[in-house]
Amino acid sequence: MELILAIVIGALYAAGLYLMMRRNLVKLIIGLVLLSQAANLLIFTAAGLRSPNAPLIPPGEKYPVGEFADPLPQALILTAIVIGFGVIAFTLVLFHRAYQSIGTDDLDQMKATDT
Amino acid sequence: MNWLIISPILLPLVLACIMLVLWRHPVWQRWIALAGMVALVGCGAGLFGVVSLHGIQSEQLAGYGAPFGITFVADLFSSIMILAAAVLGTAVTVYSMTNIENRRESFGYYPLLHLLMLGVCGAFLTGDVFNLFVFFEIMLMASFVLLTLGGERAQMEGAIKYVTLNLISSAIFLAAVGILYGMTGTLNMADLANQVVWIAENRPEELPLLTILAMMFLIAFGVKAAMFPLFFWLPASYHAPPPAVSAIFAALLTKVGVYSMARFFTLIFTHDVGTTHMIILVLAGFGMICGVLGAAAQNEFRRILAFHSVSQIGYMLMGIGLIVMLAHRDDEIAHHAVQMGLAGTIIFVVHHLFVKPNLFLVSGVVERIGGTGELKKLGGFYKSEPLLAIMFLISALSLAGIPPLSGFWAKFVLVLAGLQLGQYVIVFIALLTGLLTLYSMVKIWAAAFWTDAPENSPVHNAAHMAHARHGLRRMIYPIAVIAVIIVLFGIFAGPIFDVAMEAAGQMLDPSAYIDAVQFEEFSPTLGRGEETGP
Repeated sequence: MELILAIVIGALYAAGLYLMMRRNLVKLIIGLVLLSQAANLLIFTAAGLRSPNAPLIPPGEKYPVGEFADPLPQALILTAIVIGFGVIAFTLVLFHRAYQSIGTDDLDQMKATDT
Repeated sequence: MNWLIISPILLPLVLACIMLVLWRHPVWQRWIALAGMVALVGCGAGLFGVVSLHGIQSEQLAGYGAPFGITFVADLFSSIMILAAAVLGTAVTVYSMTNIENRRESFGYYPLLHLLMLGVCGAFLTGDVFNLFVFFEIMLMASFVLLTLGGERAQMEGAIKYVTLNLISSAIFLAAVGILYGMTGTLNMADLANQVVWIAENRPEELPLLTILAMMFLIAFGVKAAMFPLFFWLPASYHAPPPAVSAIFAALLTKVGVYSMARFFTLIFTHDVGTTHMIILVLAGFGMICGVLGAAAQNEFRRILAFHSVSQIGYMLMGIGLIVMLAHRDDEIAHHAVQMGLAGTIIFVVHHLFVKPNLFLVSGVVERIGGTGELKKLGGFYKSEPLLAIMFLISALSLAGIPPLSGFWAKFVLVLAGLQLGQYVIVFIALLTGLLTLYSMVKIWAAAFWTDAPENSPVHNAAHMAHARHGLRRMIYPIAVIAVIIVLFGIFAGPIFDVAMEAAGQMLDPSAYIDAVQFEEFSPTLGRGEETGP
């Protein structure tokens, strides 16, 4: 399972970075989305895929017993997804406005502020 | 519950919400924002007082002990940063009342300013890596909107580069956080410091992986801090928004990156200083040269200032990089010199937090009166605005490091530490960069202040001047106050150096930081097996 996920993550990173190096604004934003999804999957995998059992504490016990899944990485991913959603929503609007005011979606044309 | 630690985070949050409710009343928002910033100065001063009297303070939210609860820690460095950020925020808020036009004010400028402060203060105070990520994102979101508020073409182009590079850095940060959790099973900074020591003792074969992880964090923070060679978003975007926004960006955004780097590379990643800190030192040297040469090629007021930030970041990283010598020498002199280098970083961060924004604030006045920031089309400001010229001169000479102003002491401490540690190359680069900084500052001085105004300049137009002078006092006063702070900073360099040395001592000896955090008595290893926990 780790191997499959590792390949998927690697492919996502490769695709994301490739898209970001194109000259098109839309491809840039798709690349950003893929990159953040790859990071989320990486958290999930790196924290260890141990067990499908929920980390429930039986009555009378202090800790979950037996093998259980670590809930923390999932909480981290949830937070990261929510933050990523907000950021990407903003980026979409920004790029749309930029396209309207600059009149092109070609990143090579956007050199006015470069030094 | 220690409310003082949380107050720099709660206060801007609550006030930003109140201001959002008062969306249709920008004038009310102004005064609430100003009152909030003044209160934040109070919180920062209180926190600094408590920390310097009683040592490092910490708070576990919801009462769960570390590593489960949400930890906030205030040591000397973080409380100094909050105090300085709040003072600067107050000055910029006053300045904004004239500098920010009504159309920007009515689209939530002041709430955003407070949200930015929320993110910045949170990043300074948090004791948890994932919370650091969250506060970074809050800060970034606020800065994205502040940068694009107004929707001019240059702002849009600058924002695309700024947003894209910062989102890549966030993705790298997030991935590094995930791997770090996978390796150590914790994200609490104090606990991480313990775990890294444990890994070094029990599993030395994992140390190279930890070094790679340190490099991932270095890249993530390096983008935020505009470290060489990751600084390209900074000169592309800082000159695009109104000068008040440029000033608050120059004061806070890169500093949060430098702060996080200083925190991580003194508290957590100290297992292989010979490699990691050497890389920081080399990048610091390249950054100094690259930034100052880039600035020398610019011909616009704010573009020069923006590019200069890159070289100043190099100085800040130099103090962190000097820790590399602990890998080669373990005597008392080396320890003292390393502590002095880190103190130099702290002094430099605070010095730059006032000087660079002040130069941006001056550029705002110049652009308002002269109608442009291009040096060729400016002139005559020494004749028409002698006070402004003097305040510019104070800030510019301080940036270049002329005694007895703040910049001189900051560079002096760093150079002295470098000499004591025998790092002559970086010392030479630092001194050379100071000289080239002076060149750029003199270029601005000669073009904008010394020469006469060109024929077609709007300063000859009486109607334009009357409009430009309206409300100008609210832009001049904050500049004057910061100029006074810069002079006082230089005069009281002795006591400031003592405080910075103490702060550096706290950072170099993480045991005080770890002891300040209340740990849960039993620390179950969450099914990782006993062999992975300490």
